[in-house]
Amino acid sequence: MAKILMKGNEAVAEAAIRSGCRLYFAYPITPQSELIEYMAKMMPKVGGTFLQAESEVAAINMVYGAAGAGKRVMTSSSSPGISLKQEGISYIAGAELPAVIVNVQRGGPGLGDIQPAQADYFQAVKGGGHGDYHLIVLAPNSVQEFADMASDAFDLADKYRNPVMILSDGMLGQMMEPVEFKPAKTQEEINTLGEQHTAWCICPNADGDAKHHHEINSLELDPSVLEKHVNHMYEKYAVVEKNEVRCETYNVSDDNEVLCVAWGSASRIVKSAINELKKEGKSVGLIRPITLWPYPYEAIVKAIGPKVRQVYVFELNTGQMLDDVKIAVEGRVPVKFWGKVGGIVFTPAEIQEKLEACF
Amino acid sequence: MPKMTVDPYYCKGCGLCIAACPKKIIRFSENINEKGYHYAECYKQEECIACKMCYMTCPDVAIKVEK
Amino acid sequence: MEVIARRPETLTKTPFTYCPGCLHGVAHRLIAEAIEENGLINQMAGVAPVGCSVFAYKFFNFDMAEAAHGRAPAVATGMKRARPDMHVFTYQGDGDLAAIGTAEIVHAANRGEKLSVFFVNNAIYGMTGGQMAPTTLPDMKTTTSPYGRNVEDIGYPIRMCELLSTLVAPYYVERVSLLSPAEIIKAKKAVGKAIQYNRENRGFTFIEFVSTCPTNWGIDPVKSRDWARDNMLPFFKVGCFRDKGEENVQGVEK
Ligand SMILES: Cc1ncc(C[n+]2csc(CCOP(=O)(O)OP(=O)(O)O)c2C)c(N)n1
Ligand code: SF4
Ligand code: SF4
Ligand code: SF4
Ligand SMILES: [Mg+2]
Repeated sequence: MAKILMKGNEAVAEAAIRSGCRLYFAYPITPQSELIEYMAKMMPKVGGTFLQAESEVAAINMVYGAAGAGKRVMTSSSSPGISLKQEGISYIAGAELPAVIVNVQRGGPGLGDIQPAQADYFQAVKGGGHGDYHLIVLAPNSVQEFADMASDAFDLADKYRNPVMILSDGMLGQMMEPVEFKPAKTQEEINTLGEQHTAWCICPNADGDAKHHHEINSLELDPSVLEKHVNHMYEKYAVVEKNEVRCETYNVSDDNEVLCVAWGSASRIVKSAINELKKEGKSVGLIRPITLWPYPYEAIVKAIGPKVRQVYVFELNTGQMLDDVKIAVEGRVPVKFWGKVGGIVFTPAEIQEKLEACF
Repeated sequence: MPKMTVDPYYCKGCGLCIAACPKKIIRFSENINEKGYHYAECYKQEECIACKMCYMTCPDVAIKVEK
Repeated sequence: MEVIARRPETLTKTPFTYCPGCLHGVAHRLIAEAIEENGLINQMAGVAPVGCSVFAYKFFNFDMAEAAHGRAPAVATGMKRARPDMHVFTYQGDGDLAAIGTAEIVHAANRGEKLSVFFVNNAIYGMTGGQMAPTTLPDMKTTTSPYGRNVEDIGYPIRMCELLSTLVAPYYVERVSLLSPAEIIKAKKAVGKAIQYNRENRGFTFIEFVSTCPTNWGIDPVKSRDWARDNMLPFFKVGCFRDKGEENVQGVEK
């Protein structure tokens, strides 16, 4: 299939539809509006459900209902809207429902601004809602990857019965890049997907089984039963941590004197700076976590070459991923951070300058 | 002949059926159930007219009426 | 001998967790009977609220989801949209539906979602120990209105049937009471109609039950019905507010 020039927000929506998503509930917010608008246009054409909810709170609870009915369902928003969704996300995780949530991040806190930022790392990776749970968090750094992650996210959500968040930002959402889509799932494939969860989901009692009684629920008043449930979730998370960690290594070699860690849009800029430094004979490597949870701790340790004297974390926030990098590095080498906030995106020249100071 | 029976397993001894019965033939048993309630019982089955008022009013769906 | 009244099969064998004489149980039974009578046991799904009826998902003998506080209409919307071949209802208390979940109920009604909503108005927050509800009556004492509900300060109780019947979409809106066998028989008709309309996918149906909370009102089950009759019914008038399935529907009973 030929490549199409598309905005990230539209590409992820198209890819979600191709992955068999036929239910989408959301509330408008900048900078994700192209996504909801694309869904509004396309869902009716494929016989799907597009519903503009009265709020993000309602939208995520519609997702809870549709996911509880075992169907592929997605919602999207930007940072303030994701805050509102946190209640529902906690319930979705607690009830072990598969669902995909896209966050096209903007600057915060509060109403913040509508420029790109990475300030929702904590919210996405360290909880956000109440209780012990994890989201699987995928962080794209190109329009192509943003689109590809839609199908990955649905597969992971279905596989682990857990909500998956694609943590993008206003830059990836708004920018246009050529993108190639996977073939769309056929109606037959979608029907099969829709029935994969009938052992537990809300569904008609087709053969009139007298015992048929499925409960979608996160309530358990007996502490020992709730403990068992949380332990069960964490056993599942251990499997996710073992099997699903993804990261990209860029220019990592034994010659590296500095190792950078950056994710999402920020990593693109760091890459440009690394290329410039290469011309000057300065060797800098980059680890780009693609899954923010589970986090690539081991990959970071492995990438610390013999000559590395500085690990440098660059983010469009005040250092939210920094803690995870420190956990990985365990004091082997000094870890430094530099970032920009308020929706300001750093330039390759700025990163280059920071890195040059390490040589 | 009509028959009303209370399942002691469900009865919570609220007395709403007693208030509802037009024939006044329901009372609290001297016995208690597992939960410690004096459950309701019909003590004059022969007077029951199968009007189902007891069933209709019982919040714990403990009553069966036969005719 | 023929059984003429028994536990419907649409209820599980689990005993209700409600206090003795609590009319949540009557509302459950009416819903369960209507579902059984409409032959929907294998196509039905319900959404339980947060409130005393939080465990409703254990009591109905078909698929059930437990929603976050107030969100049942949104959850039911998602369920019905995902499985249009199923029939969906929510069951909600007054705190759940008329306070924290006001946006969800108003918008589900306004969209005309093909759901039934069963709303139990007991003028109080039962589960959390008798705090003031949006439906608490003027001057009524609760644990958070210890001097009585001061309408100058906190406003008047919300009448949900009246509010929802200002919207165009709702198909059927009726308020019933559960305070005597005769009233329960009327309520049964209304519930039956709501479930029938639901089966026929006609639109949004809403039944409000004027109910009791003997425990938090501190009145025994039999007398609490009299209290509700004297105090709630004058403010929450029973009657049909909207029935698009019938011509010439009058407002409330005068
Ligand atoms: C988000 C949230 N806020 C508060 C609560 C606590 N809470 C549980 S039930 C309830 C009130 C329920 O009252 P109502 O809906 O009237 O139901 P009733 O118990 O009277 O049947 C509250 C405030 C909660 N569970 N979740
Ligand atoms: S059926 Fe009627 S008469 Fe018989 S016990 Fe019940 S209420 Fe009384
Ligand atoms: S109404 Fe039901 S629960 Fe109450 S006393 Fe009678 S049988 Fe028992
Ligand atoms: S607290 Fe009130 S509403 Fe709740 S179960 Fe008891 S009587 Fe019913
Ligand atoms: Mg209440």
